[in-house]
Amino acid sequence: MPYLLNSPFKKASLNIMKELSNSQLMRYSRHIMLKDMDIDGQEKLWNSKVLIIGLGGLGCAVAQYLTASGIGELTLVDDDTVDITNLQRQVLHHEASIGLSKCLSAKASLRAINSEIRLNTIEQRLAGKHLADVITKHDIVIDCSDNLITRNELNLQCYQLKKTLVSGAAIRMEGQVSVYDMQATTPCYQCLSQHFGEQILTCVEAGVLSPVVGIVGNMQACEAIKVLAGIGQPLIGKLMLLDASDMSINTFSILKSPQCSVCGEIPFISE
Amino acid sequence: MRIMINNIEHLVDNSELVEIIKQYGAKAPFAVAINGEFVAKSNYATTQVQPDDLVDIVSPIFGG
Ligand SMILES: [Zn+2]
Repeated sequence: MPYLLNSPFKKASLNIMKELSNSQLMRYSRHIMLKDMDIDGQEKLWNSKVLIIGLGGLGCAVAQYLTASGIGELTLVDDDTVDITNLQRQVLHHEASIGLSKCLSAKASLRAINSEIRLNTIEQRLAGKHLADVITKHDIVIDCSDNLITRNELNLQCYQLKKTLVSGAAIRMEGQVSVYDMQATTPCYQCLSQHFGEQILTCVEAGVLSPVVGIVGNMQACEAIKVLAGIGQPLIGKLMLLDASDMSINTFSILKSPQCSVCGEIPFISE
Repeated sequence: MRIMINNIEHLVDNSELVEIIKQYGAKAPFAVAINGEFVAKSNYATTQVQPDDLVDIVSPIFGG
């Protein structure tokens, strides 16, 4: 039916999925051998578009594992350049990358891991409509940012666009991971962060143990893969807390707050 | 009564959550979970803690 094939909606209406080549079936065989993943799951990853906000410690870990895992398309967003204090934990940036944009430095490292996936970079701090336009083009958003303002804006936009948000944070020897699928009955990041007020504490001020950002970033990558491939039970509406000082993990339920300024009964609308 | 606060045993004589938070000396900002479920700030005043409850006082982190 030529009419249908010429339609701009052909991809959605025919649900065309890019198939994996024989060499890709081999490359990702250790994934495909997982009963829940199988070829179907890997093909979903290959057809997924993931937005990573922030290429610091968390973003480097997330991007590294998603690249190796065979996500079809990654978009990296960061307006910063690499400096010597980053090298202790931001493993995609190398000594020779000091002074380069974090996007380009990370892209070069990721390209060496996997030449088949699509890597986009945005060397800007996105906000407002520009951020919304970028989010719309992706299947899932991974928050690896280092401040509450960005976290709250990502949450608001993901809520409005109904995109799943995988949130992670790390400081000192502690980490937090949660997933928000932005459905009517599940909480959003603001349902949690409304408890905390406006205080902003970043790694610059408090220090962070290098592998802790790797652990948290890898947990975010794991949650993103679970959501995209449709396997396991993601941390939807839950907050996982890691304390690396005694390697304890506690998981808490976040209740949807009727008073939430984002997802509550009288939602706040931003321009 | 005996309760757990951040995985450490505490003996408290008041069952009101607000009093327990005050006695513990929690410094804002924080969120409070009882038995794994966060309590809305607006419910703090009316929340009573039961013996053997697991109370967690959680500080926010935003670092990346
Ligand atoms: Zn909410």
